[in-house]
Amino acid sequence: MDFSIASILMLDGITNGAVYALLGLATVLVFAVTRVIFIPQGEFVAYGALTLAILQTGQVPGTVWLLLILAGVAALMDGWAAYQRHHSVADAVVALFKTAALPVAIALLTMWAAPQKWPLLAQAALTVALVTAFGPLVYRVAYQSLADATSLVLLIVSVGVHFAMTGLGLLFFGAEGFRNPSFWDERFAVGPLMIAGQAIIIGVTTVALIVLLWLFFERTLYGKALRATAINRLGARLMGISTHGAGQLTFAMAALIGALSGLLIGPTTTVFYDSGFLLGLKGFVAAVMGGLASYPVALVGAIFVGLVEAFGSFWASAFKEVIVFTLILPILLWRSLTDKHVGDDH
Amino acid sequence: MTKLFPHFPRQYARYFLLLLVPLVVLLPLPDFWITQLNYIGLYSLVAMGLVLLTGVGGLTSFGQAAFVGIGAYTSAYMTVNLGWSPWATIFVGMAICAVSALLVGWLTLRMSGHYLPLATIAWGLSLYYLMGNLDALGKYDGILGVPTLSLFGWDVGQGRPFFVLVWGTALCGAFALIHLLDSRTGRAIRALKSATQMAEAMGVNTLQHKVGIFLIAANYACVSGWLFAHFQRTVNPSPFSLKFGIEYLFMAVLGGVGHVWGAITGALFTKIMEDQLQVLLPKLIGTSGSYEVIVFGIMLVLVLKYLPDGAWSIVGHRFAVRQRVNNWFNAAPLPERSKPAMGEVVLEVSKVRKEFGGLVAVNDISFQVKAGQIVGLIGPNGAGKSTTFNLVTGVLGLTSGAVRFRGQDITGHSSREIATRGMSRTFQHVKMIPDMTVLENVALGAHLRGEAGAIKAMLRLDKDEERRLFREAARHLERIGMAEHMHDLAGNLAMGPQRLMEIARALCSDPALLLLDEPAAGLRHKEKQALAGVLRQLRSEGMSILLVEHDMDLVMDVTDHIVVMEFGTHLMEGTPAEVQASEKVRAAYLGTEH
Repeated sequence: MDFSIASILMLDGITNGAVYALLGLATVLVFAVTRVIFIPQGEFVAYGALTLAILQTGQVPGTVWLLLILAGVAALMDGWAAYQRHHSVADAVVALFKTAALPVAIALLTMWAAPQKWPLLAQAALTVALVTAFGPLVYRVAYQSLADATSLVLLIVSVGVHFAMTGLGLLFFGAEGFRNPSFWDERFAVGPLMIAGQAIIIGVTTVALIVLLWLFFERTLYGKALRATAINRLGARLMGISTHGAGQLTFAMAALIGALSGLLIGPTTTVFYDSGFLLGLKGFVAAVMGGLASYPVALVGAIFVGLVEAFGSFWASAFKEVIVFTLILPILLWRSLTDKHVGDDH
Repeated sequence: MTKLFPHFPRQYARYFLLLLVPLVVLLPLPDFWITQLNYIGLYSLVAMGLVLLTGVGGLTSFGQAAFVGIGAYTSAYMTVNLGWSPWATIFVGMAICAVSALLVGWLTLRMSGHYLPLATIAWGLSLYYLMGNLDALGKYDGILGVPTLSLFGWDVGQGRPFFVLVWGTALCGAFALIHLLDSRTGRAIRALKSATQMAEAMGVNTLQHKVGIFLIAANYACVSGWLFAHFQRTVNPSPFSLKFGIEYLFMAVLGGVGHVWGAITGALFTKIMEDQLQVLLPKLIGTSGSYEVIVFGIMLVLVLKYLPDGAWSIVGHRFAVRQRVNNWFNAAPLPERSKPAMGEVVLEVSKVRKEFGGLVAVNDISFQVKAGQIVGLIGPNGAGKSTTFNLVTGVLGLTSGAVRFRGQDITGHSSREIATRGMSRTFQHVKMIPDMTVLENVALGAHLRGEAGAIKAMLRLDKDEERRLFREAARHLERIGMAEHMHDLAGNLAMGPQRLMEIARALCSDPALLLLDEPAAGLRHKEKQALAGVLRQLRSEGMSILLVEHDMDLVMDVTDHIVVMEFGTHLMEGTPAEVQASEKVRAAYLGTEH
């Protein structure tokens, strides 16, 4: 291995690592606020990449139908809950429309826009809106009524949601893989390196999102409310913060990050309906490195995972996944030696 | 059964299921159904391990399919490439599974509960890719031509004979688990989910038990994999992927993760459903693909929401739990530890201090407890009494100061180490295992006085010790006036009796010093009088007692010496009469006139 190969691998590792970082951040975010270990995070990535791919062909992506179904279920649940609370049909209908309005609007917009073959960036924005709308609905349908269950139950629910979302991905996108066009085809020569425009976009987006998240949590009331919910659900509720609202907002952010990750990674690899799972898990390994609590460590961990993967695939390409996922054992050893916290009663 | 065999003890009735297994084979069932039932038996074994791990222990693993894979691949490789007999390879497979489970368990279980499932996901994935990429294991094609199982030249690896083998193994596995859960080790395991702090205070090494149940679950999976390899005659990575790891958990949750029979119920439903869906869904949708995961995923969420105890719970409650038969009345008493001589200093607390951030909860408190003495620790709410208790018993670490127990320094020791030295306690907020009977809860107190481990328990070689433990537990329940509640579920008791149960549990550990945290809260007048009687009797036997209590009648009535705390500091100490006469104490409780 000479310097140029090493630097190509480094670049590759950092590029992928940046995407894992986003997914790791989303994992930490969701866990911190809701105690849900969100295994299906990767599914949003696949949904994002594939939705854009289908939009590119001028067809209506299957995610639209899925969104409508999910919005229908969530709306019925909210309507029923409102009816049980006040025994008033009018309230129920209002609650129903409140939940369904935005997802249905996005779905209709997509159906109208799909055949018109909008420019790539407009389609990307539409994709992000569409996939982000899934977040709160998934929380509403699968998690909300179990929000006070043990984190073990929530984890098993996550696995169920992962199964369902992967299967539905197969149903709506088919088994075929897609590769998206690059957002920026330019290439820059830096010494022996050719840096692709897409790699720059990935890096810039990751940094921008991290800064935005930081500003959100440090500088906005909503962000502070989410942090309060993370620390003490009951206390937050007594202070007038809706923990359900916090959960839905968090899931919307997770879905948004997932969709963006999908757009970022779409042009660099072929994405299948089930590709998201492995991507999400790599973000996960990074998140575990930060003890599911630290954003900066998760970021460093993600870059580390990306680098290990890049060099692993150079030296032993068949064992790339083995190396990446076995990495979690030394990470856990390190954590268990530094983390003095002994498992408490559930 | 009892009518047929009037002298046959009812608790053995379940073993008749074993006799039924060969009879099923004689039924005119089509071969297809025998094959399906063979698979269900294989899945049940894995799901049983998850019942122990998830339903009982409150931990979970998505990597069980990987352990099945280790069992299958080890045997396939060693029989095909090295010419070993399958009857020997099973032990190699189990050894490899045990080492892997120890490694993963030891790394993750010292941290909070969600690291194990996360690690098993990664571990399951990496093992899957390893199996699929190693030349020695035939890459994704796997290993072909695995020999069938034969016993004295008789092929037991296929069809009906295999049915007898699989279901015989599965039922023995189920019985072993039922035995385990009803044993000294089992009671400790049942405390893992909701009462680890209490279990540690009773001397249970909870980490060791957590790793232990993960190891047992891994070996159940391993046996299933070994049978699978010789039944299929070929192995490849796909049945050991993470998807199957999740499916095993699905089976356990669907059937009822809290009950051994739930594992079999879940395996049965899952297999039947999978077969039906694999035919039905592609027809419905128009293309082929593994769409059944959609239904599985949605069902998993629905089951957790609406039927958290699983399908077995619908029928399971018909099999009412039989009351434990008193078989311990003539058991030999347990040996007792040597007790300190009357008047000897048992506990010496010197200048203990606990700071939570800037708050000094306990400020350099010192006092002594002598053998045969009841010392009361009183003070207004928030004075730091319970914190002092936690410092003495090692539940909390001290900021500074020293604690000596029977002449030995125990400062900074864990609550488990302190329990082994003969200090036992109750908790201000009752900590118990609600779905165990009062007797079983109390027997947990005698954990350190028995030694039978998991294997002895599974084989029911611990009967003698169990009888001795129950004899001791029953003795303390009778002494404290709880004999009539012995067989009630602990969760059904009212607050007062729950506290009495905690005292019996603490006594069961044969302590030299007993620490009682508000034992009289929630007791009625008569019960309080009885409690005072028991405390006096214990003192006359040489027991030392440290008592935190708000009921002043009781405190003044039974204690020999009282230490008063206020805002974390030592206010005064003396005899009950001195404390009652003290202006300072009165001011602390009632305030002063200005």
